[in-house]
Amino acid sequence: MAATAPALRPVPQVIAHEVTAEPTRARWTEWFTTTDHKKIGILYIVTTFAFFLIGGIEALLIRLQLGAPNNTLITPEHYNELFTLHGTTMIFLFVVPMMAGFANYFLPLMIGARDMAFPRLNALSYWLLLFGGIVFYSSLFWQPPEAGWFSYTPLSEHTFTPSGGQDAWIYLIHITGISSLVGAINFYATIVNMRAPGMGWGRLPLFVWAILIYALLLILALPVIAGAVTMLLTDRNFGTHFFDPTQGGSPLLWQHLFWFFGHPEVYIMILPGFGIVSEILPVFARKPIFGYKAIAASTVVIAFLAALVWAHHMFQTPVPTVVLGFFMLSSFLIAVPTGVKIFNWIATLWRGNIEFKTPLMFCVGFISIFVVGGITGIFLAVFPVDWQLTDTYFVVAHFHYVLMGGAVFTIFAGLYYWYPKMTGRMLSEPLGKASFWLMFVGFNVTFLVQHAAGLSGMPRRVYQYPADAGLTLYNQISTVGAFILGLGILLSVINFIRSLRRGAIAGPDPWKANTLEWFTTSPPPVNNFDVIPRVRSVEPMKDIRRQVERQSGIEHAETAGQPVTFV
Amino acid sequence: MSRIRAALRPESSFRRRLVAALLLATIGSLVFASGAFAGFLTPESGGSPNADQIHSLYKIILYIAIVVFVVVEGALLYSVVKFRARRGRVAAQIHGNTRLEITWTVGAALILVVLAAVTFSKLGSIQNPPNSDANGLQFASTTEPTPPNGKKLTICVTGRQYIWRYTYGANCSSNAFGLPYSYQEMVVPANTTVVLDLQSTDVIHSWWIPQLGGKFDAVPGYHNYTWFKAPHAGALYRGQCAELCGRNHADMTARVSVVTPDQYQAWLAAQKARIAAANSQVIQLRQQLTADGIL
Repeated sequence: MAATAPALRPVPQVIAHEVTAEPTRARWTEWFTTTDHKKIGILYIVTTFAFFLIGGIEALLIRLQLGAPNNTLITPEHYNELFTLHGTTMIFLFVVPMMAGFANYFLPLMIGARDMAFPRLNALSYWLLLFGGIVFYSSLFWQPPEAGWFSYTPLSEHTFTPSGGQDAWIYLIHITGISSLVGAINFYATIVNMRAPGMGWGRLPLFVWAILIYALLLILALPVIAGAVTMLLTDRNFGTHFFDPTQGGSPLLWQHLFWFFGHPEVYIMILPGFGIVSEILPVFARKPIFGYKAIAASTVVIAFLAALVWAHHMFQTPVPTVVLGFFMLSSFLIAVPTGVKIFNWIATLWRGNIEFKTPLMFCVGFISIFVVGGITGIFLAVFPVDWQLTDTYFVVAHFHYVLMGGAVFTIFAGLYYWYPKMTGRMLSEPLGKASFWLMFVGFNVTFLVQHAAGLSGMPRRVYQYPADAGLTLYNQISTVGAFILGLGILLSVINFIRSLRRGAIAGPDPWKANTLEWFTTSPPPVNNFDVIPRVRSVEPMKDIRRQVERQSGIEHAETAGQPVTFV
Repeated sequence: MSRIRAALRPESSFRRRLVAALLLATIGSLVFASGAFAGFLTPESGGSPNADQIHSLYKIILYIAIVVFVVVEGALLYSVVKFRARRGRVAAQIHGNTRLEITWTVGAALILVVLAAVTFSKLGSIQNPPNSDANGLQFASTTEPTPPNGKKLTICVTGRQYIWRYTYGANCSSNAFGLPYSYQEMVVPANTTVVLDLQSTDVIHSWWIPQLGGKFDAVPGYHNYTWFKAPHAGALYRGQCAELCGRNHADMTARVSVVTPDQYQAWLAAQKARIAAANSQVIQLRQQLTADGIL
């Protein structure tokens, strides 16, 4: 409908209300007692980002060890500890709670609520996360866990891993699990009950759709892992034999329970990222999202199928062919809604007027990386091919393409997009772009060759490889890439810290965005909104801007030359 | 259809052709060069028919994947370059296009149907062991799985931290008494269907010799099976445990040495003699220690 509009229409700034500065100066103790969803959101984001940096340092140590054949820098014991810490940290202490952090801050704002449904439960959920992380990392002073983030039995049983680090891992799963479960119930209750007037399910922002499904998946999957790790805990400490084959237990039972949680967990990690991208692309393409209903529906379909694909992690275990076939087909099926999302995102960019700001670049980077991870996922779903590829560096490359793309790049997109709202300051664009390019190039240099390393026969989780195996060059390239990637992340960290004081003042709506969080000041006051507007579409801010244009007497450009009706 | 075309209206047909030509050239060079990239673009193979069949199945998927990759990444790159912000441009306010969306959903599903059909058609040759060749060793046996004529060599592969043990002969899983065994290096006759019965005595290990086929876990309390049929006598294949099994996981390597059937029979007899000699050495040592008053 805008095809004939004149181009240089100034977009009016919306200042919906005035808020005076808070009367008393905020004291630091407030960070410990707060139940404000925005403060809790910031606590979440800062804490999980710190864990991300720790996990990143662990990854660099792993890459250093593999940078040369027969390297003796790190002992096999410490190497196993490092990849266990790295995987566990990135999944349980970074991606999942980081998404909860974004949801905490922006979900109430996006749906026009004044806080979460249960503010004190919300605080509990953050503090459980922090204490879970502390319990886990305190094992560094004794003996960290070393059986991998998946802790396969019987290796993780007391007989083979007697150290308390394994128990610390179990407590981490328990404590962060309760934290996520409580948070998920809170998100669900908030979304269902506290939406602004007029915000039906068809007008819910796509990020909120993603968080709704994220919450449902957590509620579905977490009790299963909680049960499984409890069984492991009693096996290790109280003499039960759930997973002990010498006493009638089953090691495969652990794998079924773990992956029944573990695969939905993958979607728990990337669906909110999909939501972030679905919010950012339309803003910077200056176009509505292409196929809102299809994107929302594909989120639901992905969640449903996510609970039916777990045994594709177990193709090489003793399972009958009919099971292999079923899980191959279900894994194929999940590629369809995922593909639909990718097509819809590209169609959103198509014929847009794309402004290359850092958040958009991270989104486009995400799509291009995630496509590779999706395609290699099809290779792995074909079980005879998986027999060659599983447990090799091909899989390592695959899930880093999925999760670095689907989670890390989308999280950075979200940080760059929402930082002005959270702090009231803009981030530096040149620094942001430099960080993006270093991360994008570094990522691909690190992980693209890992496909080849896996195809050449390099298994996962080996602390050494021989010099004559033809793996040296691949690993050296990968190690160099990891440091480029690390440098890119460092630039963003500098940007985040520096812009706190030096950044340009953002104003309420620097991006001219579509959703309600931009209706209030940056950062928003304690109760978010003085007036909650009536929502008339998926893009309430566009409607509000249009209304302001009309009321301020500036003719709306799209109706130029047409009779104007004043409201 | 016209609505779809309107939504995807091209800006310049010359540039579009140029892009298409570049894409085709990329696909073509990758497809035709891929044979030269074993281990780089494709998994290892060449030691056994199942590894070869997995390799060819992988290549079919790779070709389809390359096309999908080029089309999707091409569309993405084209959109972000073509539609970057310019003065005077106004974004088209398109909310969706149901027919287009149904088209790409069905299109994606169809590709997967083709992949599923190809996989199931190749499955038999990967999963089911064939008969041994006429110039291979001929055995009769009763355990699962079995080639059509029932003749195969069964070897029990037992994983433990951090070494593989191979017990040679039928019924090795039910009664290994007196059967010859070896560690680390498995010796097999060429052109003979070898069925492996995978077991573990402690934690989960995974048997993997890349050139002889896919990996299969040795899970304590379970039996898992795989097979291979190596045509080249004199070949030596290397592999290693592929499932994290503890601190020295990386050192749990394995070798498979392929010899002629005659050499195999000779090796088996020699191995039996070596085991017997080692046993009698133990007896002598024990008698000596007892006599010296140490035991």
